[in-house]
Amino acid sequence: MPVADYMRRDCEVVLMQNKCEKTAEGVFFLTGKDFSNAGVASSELKAILEKMGINHGIIRRAAIAAFEAEMNVIIYTPAGMMRYSITPDYLKIVVEDMGPGIEDIALAMTEGYSTAPHYIREMGFGSGMGLPNIKKNADEMKLSSTPGAGTTLEFIIKIKRE
Amino acid sequence: MTLNEIKDILRANVLTKCDTNMHIERVYSADLMSDVLAFCEPESLLITALTNAQVIRTAEFANIKMIVFVQGKRPDRETVALSEEKKIPVLITNLSMFDACGRLYEKGLRSCPDAE
Amino acid sequence: MKLQELVDSLSLEVKTASFNLTKEVTGGYVSDLLSDVIANSKEGNIWVTLQTHQNIVAVATLRELSGIILVNNRTPDTETLKKAEEEGLPIMVSPLPAFELVGRLYSLGLRCQ
Repeated sequence: MPVADYMRRDCEVVLMQNKCEKTAEGVFFLTGKDFSNAGVASSELKAILEKMGINHGIIRRAAIAAFEAEMNVIIYTPAGMMRYSITPDYLKIVVEDMGPGIEDIALAMTEGYSTAPHYIREMGFGSGMGLPNIKKNADEMKLSSTPGAGTTLEFIIKIKRE
Repeated sequence: MTLNEIKDILRANVLTKCDTNMHIERVYSADLMSDVLAFCEPESLLITALTNAQVIRTAEFANIKMIVFVQGKRPDRETVALSEEKKIPVLITNLSMFDACGRLYEKGLRSCPDAE
Repeated sequence: MKLQELVDSLSLEVKTASFNLTKEVTGGYVSDLLSDVIANSKEGNIWVTLQTHQNIVAVATLRELSGIILVNNRTPDTETLKKAEEEGLPIMVSPLPAFELVGRLYSLGLRCQ
């Protein structure tokens, strides 16, 4: 059998394994103000969920919530990381950052409240809808923060299989 | 409405290789991406004056089918490359967002219903 | 076309400066980017936006716009309302999304000019 055919067979086997795989976990490192890579982590997460054969509506909610969380780290903090774990039942994302923290969490959750500078608004972000958007798309969401030390955002989206 | 019809109505240029018979029914127009993520429905058309890469990312995550950049704004090469990679056609028109929305509305297109 | 006619035909909720609805509307402008509005809107335009920040009042006053319509039922900030009242700038609210509202303004004959 030609080498190329072997290779193609290998690829097929790998893809099938991924499709059957019901769990996955990993981490993305995010750099503040790195706008050219903003969205790359959420895009990779979306690709992983697609490969696992998860329902499109669930993937859309996960991708939107992850992207908002990723943008928050890039806009407001010097660095952070986004950890994900996927089980047959749910997707859990934990985003930890080294940013200034949030003084008043209830206020930060208010639609339209934002501390974003003008240039961020001119980029189409910082309109105070990011956190409410994450909450809207997640089944559970937890936000904790220590002013001066950083913020941890955790959310869970339940997975229904097609 | 097909991409080709939209192109004619807006006297737009198509910047990416795509299927010109691609079809959309609903439109959302905004420059704030969180609003787009919150209200724009899958398979619709996004009209915006912002041309950065995050607009393409927004479209990717919200499953937006097609993007029109208004006001003669041209996206940079990286943004066009990203939209090609994500298979999201990008059109540009010299019309203002106001007139672009008005013309498409006049021809029968309507807003994403979830936004109402 | 007078601002009052737009308020009536589109059932807009007038939040500020209701004494100033006799202004003539010269055209429409829709944008959520303040720099874009500063650069491209024209005197007497009605501005359609999602932005509720108090800076919208400064921009509208600077460009001598006839008023602002907030879409998607957006609530203006308290500071925004206060400043708009002081400046005599009508702020109106509509539950419609921008595309739908602009479509209706266009059908009433308004253009971007």
